[in-house]
Amino acid sequence: MRRTGGSPLSRRINERVQEIKPSGIRKFFELVIGRRDVISLGVGEPDFQVPWNIRESMIYSLEKGWSSYTSNWGLKELREGIADYYKKFGVDVSYENVLITTGVSEGLDLALRALINPGDVVLIPEPCYVAYKPLTFLAYGEPVSIPTTPNFDINYDVLNRYSKFDPKILIINYPNNPTGVTYDKKTLEEIADFVFENDLIVISDEIYAELTYRGKHLSIASLNGMEDRTVILNGFSKAYAMTGFRIGYAIASDEIIQAMTKIHQYCMLCAPITSQIGALEALKLREEELDRIRAEYMRRRNFFVKRIGKVLEVRKPDGAFYAFPCIKDTGLSSEEFAERLLIEKGVAVVPGNAFGECGEGYVRCAYALEMERLKVAVERIVDFVESVKSK
Amino acid sequence: MSKELEILRILEENARLSAREIGDMVGLSEDEVKEIIKKFEDEGVILKYKTLIDWEKVGEENVYAIIDVRVTLTREKSYDDIAKRIAKFPEVHAVRLISGDYDFQVVVKGKSLKDVAFFVAEKISTLPEVRDTFTHFVLRSYKEEGVLLFKDEEDRRLAFVP
Repeated sequence: MRRTGGSPLSRRINERVQEIKPSGIRKFFELVIGRRDVISLGVGEPDFQVPWNIRESMIYSLEKGWSSYTSNWGLKELREGIADYYKKFGVDVSYENVLITTGVSEGLDLALRALINPGDVVLIPEPCYVAYKPLTFLAYGEPVSIPTTPNFDINYDVLNRYSKFDPKILIINYPNNPTGVTYDKKTLEEIADFVFENDLIVISDEIYAELTYRGKHLSIASLNGMEDRTVILNGFSKAYAMTGFRIGYAIASDEIIQAMTKIHQYCMLCAPITSQIGALEALKLREEELDRIRAEYMRRRNFFVKRIGKVLEVRKPDGAFYAFPCIKDTGLSSEEFAERLLIEKGVAVVPGNAFGECGEGYVRCAYALEMERLKVAVERIVDFVESVKSK
Repeated sequence: MSKELEILRILEENARLSAREIGDMVGLSEDEVKEIIKKFEDEGVILKYKTLIDWEKVGEENVYAIIDVRVTLTREKSYDDIAKRIAKFPEVHAVRLISGDYDFQVVVKGKSLKDVAFFVAEKISTLPEVRDTFTHFVLRSYKEEGVLLFKDEEDRRLAFVP
Protein backbone atom coordinates (compact mmCIF):
# COMPACT_ATOMS: atom_id res chain seq x y z
CA MET A 1 0.00 0.00 0.00
CA ARG A 2 1.28 3.42 -0.92
CA ARG A 3 2.04 5.57 2.09
CA THR A 4 2.27 9.29 2.42
CA GLY A 5 3.54 10.73 5.64
CA GLY A 6 3.10 7.37 7.30
CA SER A 7 -0.61 6.67 6.74
CA PRO A 8 -2.33 4.98 3.77
CA LEU A 9 -3.99 7.46 1.42
CA SER A 10 -7.34 5.75 1.83
CA ARG A 11 -7.28 6.65 5.52
CA ARG A 12 -6.83 10.29 4.64
CA ILE A 13 -10.28 10.35 3.08
CA ASN A 14 -12.83 12.04 5.27
CA GLU A 15 -14.32 9.46 7.61
CA ARG A 16 -17.89 10.20 6.66
CA VAL A 17 -17.09 9.86 2.96
CA GLN A 18 -15.42 6.53 3.70
CA GLU A 19 -18.52 5.36 5.50
CA ILE A 20 -20.87 6.05 2.60
CA LYS A 21 -21.52 2.89 0.62
CA PRO A 22 -21.45 3.03 -3.15
CA SER A 23 -24.83 2.78 -4.81
CA GLY A 24 -26.20 -0.76 -5.16
CA ILE A 25 -27.48 0.07 -8.62
CA ARG A 26 -23.99 0.06 -10.07
CA LYS A 27 -23.80 -3.69 -10.72
CA PHE A 28 -27.01 -3.51 -12.73
CA PHE A 29 -25.38 -1.16 -15.20
CA GLU A 30 -22.94 -3.89 -16.09
CA LEU A 31 -25.73 -6.36 -16.72
CA VAL A 32 -27.26 -4.05 -19.31
CA ILE A 33 -24.10 -3.43 -21.28
CA GLY A 34 -24.22 -4.95 -24.76
CA ARG A 35 -27.88 -5.97 -24.51
CA ARG A 36 -30.12 -4.44 -27.11
CA ASP A 37 -33.38 -6.06 -26.05
CA VAL A 38 -33.59 -4.34 -22.68
CA ILE A 39 -36.61 -2.19 -21.94
CA SER A 40 -35.78 0.06 -19.06
CA LEU A 41 -38.27 0.97 -16.38
CA GLY A 42 -35.30 1.96 -14.27
CA VAL A 43 -35.02 5.51 -15.49
CA GLY A 44 -35.81 8.46 -13.26
CA GLU A 45 -36.43 10.88 -16.09
CA PRO A 46 -39.12 11.63 -18.66
CA ASP A 47 -39.06 9.84 -22.02
CA PHE A 48 -40.11 12.86 -24.05
CA GLN A 49 -37.59 15.42 -25.24
CA VAL A 50 -37.19 18.93 -23.87
CA PRO A 51 -39.92 20.93 -25.64
CA TRP A 52 -38.49 22.49 -28.78
CA ASN A 53 -39.33 26.07 -27.75
CA ILE A 54 -37.06 25.63 -24.75
CA ARG A 55 -34.24 24.09 -26.74
CA GLU A 56 -34.56 26.70 -29.46
CA SER A 57 -34.29 29.55 -26.94
CA MET A 58 -31.11 28.03 -25.54
CA ILE A 59 -29.62 27.62 -29.02
CA TYR A 60 -30.45 31.24 -29.78
CA SER A 61 -28.77 32.36 -26.55
CA LEU A 62 -25.62 30.49 -27.56
CA GLU A 63 -25.68 32.12 -30.97
CA LYS A 64 -25.81 35.47 -29.21
CA GLY A 65 -22.85 34.46 -27.09
CA TRP A 66 -24.59 34.45 -23.73
CA SER A 67 -22.02 32.44 -21.87
CA SER A 68 -21.03 34.52 -18.87
CA TYR A 69 -21.65 34.05 -15.17
CA THR A 70 -24.94 35.35 -13.89
CA SER A 71 -25.50 36.86 -10.46
CA ASN A 72 -24.98 34.28 -7.71
CA TRP A 73 -28.71 34.29 -7.17
CA GLY A 74 -29.48 33.64 -10.83
CA LEU A 75 -31.18 35.78 -13.45
CA LYS A 76 -33.59 38.23 -11.90
CA GLU A 77 -36.29 37.57 -14.55
CA LEU A 78 -36.09 33.87 -13.80
CA ARG A 79 -36.37 34.43 -10.03
CA GLU A 80 -39.34 36.71 -10.62
CA GLY A 81 -40.88 34.16 -12.95
CA ILE A 82 -40.51 31.40 -10.35
CA ALA A 83 -41.92 33.54 -7.54
CA ASP A 84 -44.93 34.18 -9.76
CA TYR A 85 -45.17 30.54 -10.87
CA TYR A 86 -45.27 29.22 -7.30
CA LYS A 87 -48.53 31.04 -6.68
CA LYS A 88 -50.16 28.11 -8.43
CA PHE A 89 -49.03 25.90 -5.55
CA GLY A 90 -50.35 28.34 -2.95
CA VAL A 91 -47.15 30.21 -2.11
CA ASP A 92 -46.74 33.96 -2.56
CA VAL A 93 -43.13 35.11 -2.13
CA SER A 94 -40.83 37.82 -3.38
CA TYR A 95 -38.21 36.95 -5.99
CA GLU A 96 -35.67 37.78 -3.29
CA ASN A 97 -36.57 34.51 -1.60
CA VAL A 98 -35.73 32.49 -4.71
CA LEU A 99 -32.25 31.10 -5.36
CA ILE A 100 -31.47 29.42 -8.68
CA THR A 101 -29.51 26.22 -8.09
CA THR A 102 -27.74 23.62 -10.18
CA GLY A 103 -30.57 21.14 -9.90
CA VAL A 104 -32.52 20.16 -6.81
CA SER A 105 -29.48 18.14 -5.76
CA GLU A 106 -27.51 21.30 -5.12
CA GLY A 107 -30.47 22.95 -3.41
CA LEU A 108 -30.75 20.00 -1.06
CA ASP A 109 -27.05 20.06 -0.25
CA LEU A 110 -27.17 23.82 0.39
CA ALA A 111 -30.21 23.57 2.63
CA LEU A 112 -28.71 20.79 4.71
CA ARG A 113 -25.35 22.51 5.05
CA ALA A 114 -26.97 25.84 5.85
CA LEU A 115 -29.13 24.37 8.62
CA ILE A 116 -27.26 21.49 10.24
CA ASN A 117 -24.87 21.74 13.16
CA PRO A 118 -22.85 18.58 13.78
CA GLY A 119 -25.07 15.95 15.33
CA ASP A 120 -28.40 17.55 14.42
CA VAL A 121 -31.08 14.98 13.71
CA VAL A 122 -32.80 14.94 10.33
CA LEU A 123 -35.96 12.89 9.95
CA ILE A 124 -36.30 11.15 6.60
CA PRO A 125 -39.44 9.20 5.73
CA GLU A 126 -38.48 6.20 3.61
CA PRO A 127 -38.54 4.87 0.93
CA CYS A 128 -37.09 8.09 -0.45
CA TYR A 129 -34.79 9.52 -3.05
CA VAL A 130 -31.26 8.19 -2.68
CA ALA A 131 -29.52 11.50 -1.88
CA TYR A 132 -31.26 12.55 1.34
CA LYS A 133 -29.36 10.32 3.72
CA PRO A 134 -25.84 10.66 2.30
CA LEU A 135 -26.08 14.44 1.97
CA THR A 136 -27.38 14.75 5.53
CA PHE A 137 -24.55 12.59 6.73
CA LEU A 138 -21.95 14.59 4.75
CA ALA A 139 -23.29 17.78 6.34
CA TYR A 140 -22.55 16.18 9.71
CA GLY A 141 -26.18 15.59 10.49
CA GLU A 142 -27.62 12.36 11.85
CA PRO A 143 -30.27 10.93 9.53
CA VAL A 144 -33.09 9.03 11.22
CA SER A 145 -35.26 6.93 8.90
CA ILE A 146 -39.02 6.79 9.24
CA PRO A 147 -40.21 3.62 7.50
CA THR A 148 -43.56 4.16 5.76
CA THR A 149 -44.14 0.75 4.20
CA PRO A 150 -46.53 -0.84 3.36
CA ASN A 151 -48.85 2.15 2.76
CA PHE A 152 -46.22 4.85 2.24
CA ASP A 153 -48.37 7.29 4.22
CA ILE A 154 -47.15 9.67 6.85
CA ASN A 155 -49.34 11.37 9.42
CA TYR A 156 -49.11 12.99 12.81
CA ASP A 157 -49.11 9.72 14.76
CA VAL A 158 -46.36 8.19 12.68
CA LEU A 159 -44.19 11.29 12.94
CA ASN A 160 -44.82 11.83 16.62
CA ARG A 161 -43.04 8.60 17.48
CA TYR A 162 -39.86 10.32 16.35
CA SER A 163 -40.03 13.47 18.45
CA LYS A 164 -37.94 11.66 21.05
CA PHE A 165 -34.93 12.02 18.77
CA ASP A 166 -35.08 15.78 19.24
CA PRO A 167 -35.06 16.39 15.49
CA LYS A 168 -34.24 19.66 13.80
CA ILE A 169 -35.23 19.01 10.21
CA LEU A 170 -37.81 16.92 8.36
CA ILE A 171 -37.33 16.12 4.68
CA ILE A 172 -40.47 15.39 2.69
CA ASN A 173 -40.86 14.61 -1.00
CA TYR A 174 -44.24 14.56 -2.70
CA PRO A 175 -45.25 13.35 -5.18
CA ASN A 176 -42.74 10.82 -4.05
CA ASN A 177 -39.86 9.10 -5.73
CA PRO A 178 -40.02 6.04 -5.60
CA THR A 179 -43.61 5.44 -4.40
CA GLY A 180 -45.57 7.97 -6.46
CA VAL A 181 -47.58 8.87 -3.35
CA THR A 182 -48.55 12.47 -2.77
CA TYR A 183 -49.95 14.27 0.27
CA ASP A 184 -53.33 15.95 0.44
CA LYS A 185 -54.09 19.03 2.49
CA LYS A 186 -55.11 17.05 5.56
CA THR A 187 -51.84 15.11 5.58
CA LEU A 188 -49.87 18.31 5.09
CA GLU A 189 -51.69 19.88 8.03
CA GLU A 190 -50.79 16.92 10.23
CA ILE A 191 -47.17 17.23 9.15
CA ALA A 192 -47.31 20.96 9.91
CA ASP A 193 -48.71 20.27 13.40
CA PHE A 194 -45.79 17.99 14.11
CA VAL A 195 -43.37 20.56 12.69
CA PHE A 196 -44.70 23.35 14.95
CA GLU A 197 -44.76 21.20 18.06
CA ASN A 198 -41.16 20.19 17.55
CA ASP A 199 -39.94 23.51 16.18
CA LEU A 200 -38.65 21.94 12.96
CA ILE A 201 -37.65 23.19 9.56
CA VAL A 202 -39.10 21.25 6.62
CA ILE A 203 -37.17 20.65 3.46
CA SER A 204 -39.88 20.01 0.91
CA ASP A 205 -38.71 18.41 -2.32
CA GLU A 206 -41.47 19.24 -4.80
CA ILE A 207 -39.70 18.30 -8.02
CA TYR A 208 -42.68 16.19 -9.19
CA ALA A 209 -45.29 18.85 -8.31
CA GLU A 210 -46.42 19.29 -11.92
CA LEU A 211 -46.94 15.56 -12.25
CA THR A 212 -49.82 15.32 -9.79
CA TYR A 213 -52.76 13.25 -10.99
CA ARG A 214 -55.19 13.42 -8.10
CA GLY A 215 -56.20 16.91 -7.04
CA LYS A 216 -53.71 19.74 -7.35
CA HIS A 217 -50.29 19.99 -5.81
CA LEU A 218 -50.21 22.18 -2.72
CA SER A 219 -46.92 23.28 -1.23
CA ILE A 220 -46.62 22.74 2.51
CA ALA A 221 -45.23 26.29 2.68
CA SER A 222 -48.72 27.53 1.79
CA LEU A 223 -50.08 26.44 5.17
CA ASN A 224 -50.46 29.06 7.84
CA GLY A 225 -47.11 29.86 9.45
CA MET A 226 -45.20 27.29 7.40
CA GLU A 227 -43.71 29.76 4.95
CA ASP A 228 -40.83 30.66 7.28
CA ARG A 229 -40.24 27.04 8.25
CA THR A 230 -40.08 25.54 4.79
CA VAL A 231 -37.32 25.26 2.27
CA ILE A 232 -39.02 24.47 -1.03
CA LEU A 233 -36.87 22.66 -3.56
CA ASN A 234 -37.99 22.34 -7.13
CA GLY A 235 -36.62 22.45 -10.66
CA PHE A 236 -37.15 21.88 -14.34
CA SER A 237 -35.95 18.29 -14.71
CA LYS A 238 -39.16 16.32 -14.46
CA ALA A 239 -41.96 18.47 -15.87
CA TYR A 240 -39.85 19.83 -18.73
CA ALA A 241 -37.49 16.88 -19.17
CA MET A 242 -34.47 19.15 -18.58
CA THR A 243 -32.61 16.62 -16.42
CA GLY A 244 -29.18 17.02 -17.98
CA PHE A 245 -29.33 20.80 -17.80
CA ARG A 246 -29.11 20.67 -14.01
CA ILE A 247 -31.40 23.53 -13.25
CA GLY A 248 -33.48 23.98 -10.10
CA TYR A 249 -34.30 26.46 -7.39
CA ALA A 250 -34.87 26.89 -3.69
CA ILE A 251 -37.47 29.10 -2.03
CA ALA A 252 -37.04 29.94 1.64
CA SER A 253 -37.29 32.70 4.23
CA ASP A 254 -34.77 35.58 4.06
CA GLU A 255 -32.45 34.12 6.68
CA ILE A 256 -32.32 30.62 5.25
CA ILE A 257 -32.07 31.58 1.59
CA GLN A 258 -29.28 34.05 2.37
CA ALA A 259 -27.40 31.39 4.30
CA MET A 260 -27.82 28.95 1.41
CA THR A 261 -26.61 31.59 -1.04
CA LYS A 262 -23.47 32.11 1.05
CA ILE A 263 -22.53 28.49 0.40
CA HIS A 264 -23.74 28.53 -3.20
CA GLN A 265 -21.60 31.56 -4.10
CA TYR A 266 -18.45 29.66 -3.14
CA CYS A 267 -19.25 26.13 -4.21
CA MET A 268 -21.22 26.81 -7.40
CA LEU A 269 -21.04 30.53 -8.08
CA CYS A 270 -24.14 30.36 -10.25
CA ALA A 271 -26.27 27.88 -12.14
CA PRO A 272 -25.29 27.47 -15.82
CA ILE A 273 -26.58 30.43 -17.82
CA THR A 274 -27.81 28.38 -20.79
CA SER A 275 -29.93 26.29 -18.46
CA GLN A 276 -31.30 29.43 -16.80
CA ILE A 277 -32.36 30.76 -20.20
CA GLY A 278 -34.05 27.46 -20.99
CA ALA A 279 -35.84 27.58 -17.64
CA LEU A 280 -37.08 31.07 -18.39
CA GLU A 281 -38.61 29.76 -21.61
CA ALA A 282 -40.02 26.72 -19.78
CA LEU A 283 -42.05 29.02 -17.55
CA LYS A 284 -43.76 30.35 -20.68
CA LEU A 285 -44.96 26.89 -21.66
CA ARG A 286 -48.73 26.87 -21.82
CA GLU A 287 -50.72 25.05 -19.17
CA GLU A 288 -52.38 22.99 -21.92
CA GLU A 289 -49.01 21.58 -22.85
CA LEU A 290 -48.47 20.44 -19.26
CA ASP A 291 -52.01 19.04 -19.23
CA ARG A 292 -51.17 17.01 -22.30
CA ILE A 293 -48.05 15.59 -20.64
CA ARG A 294 -49.94 14.82 -17.44
CA ALA A 295 -52.74 13.10 -19.34
CA GLU A 296 -50.23 10.96 -21.17
CA TYR A 297 -48.52 9.84 -17.94
CA MET A 298 -51.88 9.18 -16.33
CA ARG A 299 -52.93 6.81 -19.11
CA ARG A 300 -49.68 4.91 -18.80
CA ARG A 301 -50.05 4.80 -15.02
CA ASN A 302 -53.59 3.45 -15.27
CA PHE A 303 -52.53 0.87 -17.80
CA PHE A 304 -49.43 -0.18 -15.89
CA VAL A 305 -51.07 -0.46 -12.49
CA LYS A 306 -54.08 -2.31 -13.86
CA ARG A 307 -51.96 -4.91 -15.64
CA ILE A 308 -49.28 -5.31 -12.98
CA GLY A 309 -51.95 -5.34 -10.29
CA LYS A 310 -53.09 -8.71 -11.61
CA VAL A 311 -49.90 -10.37 -10.39
CA LEU A 312 -48.39 -8.01 -7.82
CA GLU A 313 -49.76 -5.84 -5.06
CA VAL A 314 -49.36 -2.21 -6.06
CA ARG A 315 -50.74 1.08 -4.80
CA LYS A 316 -52.02 3.35 -7.54
CA PRO A 317 -49.64 6.31 -7.54
CA ASP A 318 -51.02 9.85 -7.34
CA GLY A 319 -48.07 11.52 -8.99
CA ALA A 320 -44.57 11.36 -10.48
CA PHE A 321 -44.00 8.55 -12.99
CA TYR A 322 -43.20 5.67 -10.68
CA ALA A 323 -45.06 2.67 -9.39
CA PHE A 324 -43.65 0.74 -6.43
CA PRO A 325 -45.12 -2.77 -6.49
CA CYS A 326 -44.55 -5.23 -3.66
CA ILE A 327 -42.75 -8.36 -4.82
CA LYS A 328 -42.68 -10.27 -1.51
CA ASP A 329 -45.11 -12.91 -2.85
CA THR A 330 -42.48 -14.06 -5.31
CA GLY A 331 -40.19 -15.11 -2.48
CA LEU A 332 -37.36 -13.15 -4.08
CA SER A 333 -35.47 -10.24 -2.56
CA SER A 334 -35.67 -6.90 -4.35
CA GLU A 335 -32.22 -7.35 -5.81
CA GLU A 336 -32.81 -10.95 -6.88
CA PHE A 337 -36.06 -9.92 -8.51
CA ALA A 338 -34.48 -7.00 -10.37
CA GLU A 339 -31.47 -9.03 -11.42
CA ARG A 340 -33.43 -12.02 -12.67
CA LEU A 341 -36.03 -9.87 -14.42
CA LEU A 342 -33.22 -8.11 -16.21
CA ILE A 343 -31.30 -11.24 -17.17
CA GLU A 344 -34.27 -13.48 -18.01
CA LYS A 345 -36.72 -11.00 -19.49
CA GLY A 346 -34.67 -7.93 -20.39
CA VAL A 347 -36.67 -5.51 -18.28
CA ALA A 348 -34.81 -3.13 -15.98
CA VAL A 349 -36.37 -2.01 -12.68
CA VAL A 350 -34.69 -0.58 -9.60
CA PRO A 351 -34.64 -2.72 -6.43
CA GLY A 352 -36.64 -1.01 -3.68
CA ASN A 353 -33.92 -1.29 -1.06
CA ALA A 354 -31.98 1.37 -3.01
CA PHE A 355 -34.48 3.81 -1.49
CA GLY A 356 -34.02 2.76 2.12
CA GLU A 357 -34.10 -0.48 4.08
CA CYS A 358 -37.88 -0.57 4.26
CA GLY A 359 -37.97 -0.59 0.46
CA GLU A 360 -36.84 -4.22 0.58
CA GLY A 361 -39.56 -6.37 -0.95
CA TYR A 362 -40.47 -3.74 -3.54
CA VAL A 363 -39.18 -2.60 -6.92
CA ARG A 364 -39.49 0.78 -8.57
CA CYS A 365 -40.90 0.84 -12.07
CA ALA A 366 -40.78 4.09 -14.02
CA TYR A 367 -43.57 4.18 -16.58
CA ALA A 368 -42.00 7.11 -18.45
CA LEU A 369 -42.07 5.03 -21.61
CA GLU A 370 -44.14 5.09 -24.79
CA MET A 371 -47.21 2.86 -24.71
CA GLU A 372 -46.02 0.34 -27.26
CA ARG A 373 -42.88 -0.42 -25.27
CA LEU A 374 -44.68 -0.24 -21.96
CA LYS A 375 -47.06 -2.94 -23.22
CA VAL A 376 -44.16 -5.26 -23.95
CA ALA A 377 -42.50 -4.49 -20.61
CA VAL A 378 -45.70 -5.27 -18.72
CA GLU A 379 -46.17 -8.57 -20.56
CA ARG A 380 -42.63 -9.58 -19.71
CA ILE A 381 -43.01 -8.69 -16.02
CA VAL A 382 -46.30 -10.57 -15.75
CA ASP A 383 -44.72 -13.61 -17.45
CA PHE A 384 -41.78 -13.44 -15.10
CA VAL A 385 -43.84 -13.15 -11.93
CA GLU A 386 -46.14 -15.99 -12.99
CA SER A 387 -43.20 -18.26 -13.77
CA VAL A 388 -41.50 -17.48 -10.46
CA LYS A 389 -44.69 -17.96 -8.46
CA SER A 390 -45.50 -21.28 -10.13
CA LYS A 391 -42.21 -22.79 -9.01
CA MET B 1 -61.25 15.80 -19.84
CA SER B 2 -64.16 13.39 -20.17
CA LYS B 3 -63.31 9.76 -20.72
CA GLU B 4 -65.05 9.84 -24.09
CA LEU B 5 -62.87 12.68 -25.34
CA GLU B 6 -59.84 10.99 -23.87
CA ILE B 7 -60.57 7.89 -25.92
CA LEU B 8 -60.64 10.06 -29.05
CA ARG B 9 -57.30 11.61 -28.13
CA ILE B 10 -55.77 8.19 -27.60
CA LEU B 11 -57.12 6.85 -30.91
CA GLU B 12 -56.00 9.92 -32.81
CA GLU B 13 -52.47 9.16 -31.67
CA ASN B 14 -52.61 5.38 -32.04
CA ALA B 15 -55.58 3.67 -33.66
CA ARG B 16 -54.15 0.20 -33.18
CA LEU B 17 -54.61 -0.03 -29.42
CA SER B 18 -57.24 -2.59 -28.50
CA ALA B 19 -60.42 -1.67 -26.65
CA ARG B 20 -59.11 -3.54 -23.66
CA GLU B 21 -55.84 -1.62 -23.64
CA ILE B 22 -57.65 1.67 -23.98
CA GLY B 23 -59.98 0.59 -21.18
CA ASP B 24 -57.03 -0.01 -18.88
CA MET B 25 -55.63 3.41 -19.78
CA VAL B 26 -58.77 5.36 -18.97
CA GLY B 27 -60.33 3.13 -16.33
CA LEU B 28 -63.25 1.63 -18.30
CA SER B 29 -64.13 -1.93 -19.22
CA GLU B 30 -63.42 -3.33 -22.66
CA ASP B 31 -67.14 -3.37 -23.51
CA GLU B 32 -67.66 0.21 -22.40
CA VAL B 33 -64.82 1.35 -24.65
CA LYS B 34 -66.21 -0.64 -27.59
CA GLU B 35 -69.59 0.95 -27.09
CA ILE B 36 -68.16 4.47 -26.99
CA ILE B 37 -66.08 3.89 -30.11
CA LYS B 38 -69.09 2.42 -31.92
CA LYS B 39 -71.14 5.46 -30.98
CA PHE B 40 -68.48 7.82 -32.31
CA GLU B 41 -68.26 5.81 -35.52
CA ASP B 42 -72.03 5.91 -35.98
CA GLU B 43 -72.17 9.62 -35.31
CA GLY B 44 -69.42 10.29 -37.83
CA VAL B 45 -67.11 11.70 -35.19
CA ILE B 46 -64.60 9.02 -36.05
CA LEU B 47 -64.41 9.24 -39.83
CA LYS B 48 -61.84 6.66 -40.73
CA TYR B 49 -58.81 4.72 -39.49
CA LYS B 50 -55.77 5.25 -41.68
CA THR B 51 -52.05 4.61 -41.67
CA LEU B 52 -49.45 7.31 -42.13
CA ILE B 53 -46.92 5.97 -44.64
CA ASP B 54 -43.64 7.34 -45.85
CA TRP B 55 -44.03 6.20 -49.47
CA GLU B 56 -40.65 7.51 -50.48
CA LYS B 57 -39.03 4.79 -48.39
CA VAL B 58 -40.46 2.07 -50.64
CA GLY B 59 -39.69 3.96 -53.80
CA GLU B 60 -43.31 4.92 -54.45
CA GLU B 61 -42.99 8.49 -55.55
CA ASN B 62 -46.19 10.46 -55.47
CA VAL B 63 -46.28 14.03 -56.61
CA TYR B 64 -48.11 16.49 -54.45
CA ALA B 65 -48.94 20.02 -55.45
CA ILE B 66 -50.57 22.84 -53.59
CA ILE B 67 -52.82 24.80 -55.90
CA ASP B 68 -53.95 28.27 -54.93
CA VAL B 69 -57.29 28.93 -56.59
CA ARG B 70 -58.99 32.28 -57.01
CA VAL B 71 -62.69 32.15 -57.85
CA THR B 72 -65.51 34.48 -58.78
CA LEU B 73 -68.60 34.20 -56.64
CA THR B 74 -72.06 34.65 -58.07
CA ARG B 75 -75.55 34.54 -56.57
CA GLU B 76 -75.84 31.00 -57.84
CA LYS B 77 -72.40 29.78 -56.82
CA SER B 78 -71.15 30.13 -53.27
CA TYR B 79 -67.79 29.02 -51.83
CA ASP B 80 -69.43 25.80 -50.66
CA ASP B 81 -70.73 24.94 -54.10
CA ILE B 82 -67.37 25.47 -55.75
CA ALA B 83 -65.46 23.67 -53.00
CA LYS B 84 -67.68 20.62 -53.20
CA ARG B 85 -67.21 20.44 -56.93
CA ILE B 86 -63.44 20.50 -56.58
CA ALA B 87 -63.33 18.18 -53.59
CA LYS B 88 -65.03 15.29 -55.33
CA PHE B 89 -62.17 14.64 -57.75
CA PRO B 90 -60.22 11.64 -56.48
CA GLU B 91 -56.97 13.39 -57.38
CA VAL B 92 -57.78 16.06 -54.82
CA HIS B 93 -56.28 15.33 -51.43
CA ALA B 94 -57.52 18.36 -49.50
CA VAL B 95 -59.56 21.49 -50.11
CA ARG B 96 -59.43 24.43 -47.76
CA LEU B 97 -61.00 27.89 -47.87
CA ILE B 98 -58.22 30.29 -46.97
CA SER B 99 -57.65 33.97 -46.30
CA GLY B 100 -55.33 36.10 -48.40
CA ASP B 101 -54.95 36.68 -52.12
CA TYR B 102 -56.46 33.35 -53.09
CA ASP B 103 -59.72 31.71 -52.02
CA PHE B 104 -58.94 28.00 -51.91
CA GLN B 105 -55.93 25.90 -51.22
CA VAL B 106 -56.24 22.60 -53.03
CA VAL B 107 -53.80 19.78 -52.45
CA VAL B 108 -53.57 17.50 -55.48
CA LYS B 109 -51.90 14.11 -55.57
CA GLY B 110 -50.67 12.51 -58.76
CA LYS B 111 -48.19 10.06 -60.21
CA SER B 112 -46.06 12.63 -62.01
CA LEU B 113 -45.61 16.36 -62.52
CA LYS B 114 -47.37 16.02 -65.86
CA ASP B 115 -50.25 14.17 -64.27
CA VAL B 116 -50.85 16.92 -61.76
CA ALA B 117 -50.29 19.76 -64.21
CA PHE B 118 -52.77 18.31 -66.70
CA PHE B 119 -55.31 17.61 -64.00
CA VAL B 120 -55.18 21.24 -62.91
CA ALA B 121 -55.33 22.53 -66.46
CA GLU B 122 -58.20 20.28 -67.47
CA LYS B 123 -60.33 20.01 -64.36
CA ILE B 124 -59.69 22.99 -62.10
CA SER B 125 -58.77 25.88 -64.38
CA THR B 126 -61.65 25.12 -66.72
CA LEU B 127 -64.32 25.53 -64.06
CA PRO B 128 -66.27 28.66 -64.98
CA GLU B 129 -65.92 30.16 -61.48
CA VAL B 130 -62.14 29.79 -61.37
CA ARG B 131 -60.37 33.04 -62.25
CA ASP B 132 -56.79 31.82 -61.90
CA THR B 133 -54.59 29.23 -60.24
CA PHE B 134 -51.07 29.13 -58.89
CA THR B 135 -49.36 25.76 -58.62
CA HIS B 136 -46.64 24.89 -56.07
CA PHE B 137 -45.12 21.44 -56.43
CA VAL B 138 -44.05 19.84 -53.18
CA LEU B 139 -40.37 18.92 -53.35
CA ARG B 140 -39.93 17.30 -49.97
CA SER B 141 -42.05 16.87 -46.86
CA TYR B 142 -40.65 17.23 -43.37
CA LYS B 143 -43.72 16.89 -41.22
CA GLU B 144 -47.14 15.41 -41.97
CA GLU B 145 -50.16 15.22 -39.68
CA GLY B 146 -48.03 16.43 -36.79
CA VAL B 147 -45.53 13.62 -37.33
CA LEU B 148 -41.89 14.36 -38.12
CA LEU B 149 -40.73 12.47 -41.22
CA PHE B 150 -37.11 12.52 -40.14
CA LYS B 151 -35.41 11.08 -37.12
CA ASP B 152 -32.54 13.00 -35.65
CA GLU B 153 -33.19 12.53 -31.95
CA GLU B 154 -32.40 9.46 -29.95
CA ASP B 155 -33.09 8.24 -26.46
CA ARG B 156 -29.78 8.62 -24.71
CA ARG B 157 -31.01 8.00 -21.20
CA LEU B 158 -29.04 5.64 -18.98
CA ALA B 159 -30.81 2.39 -18.11
CA PHE B 160 -30.76 3.15 -14.39
CA VAL B 161 -31.24 6.53 -12.77
CA PRO B 162 -32.32 6.74 -9.14
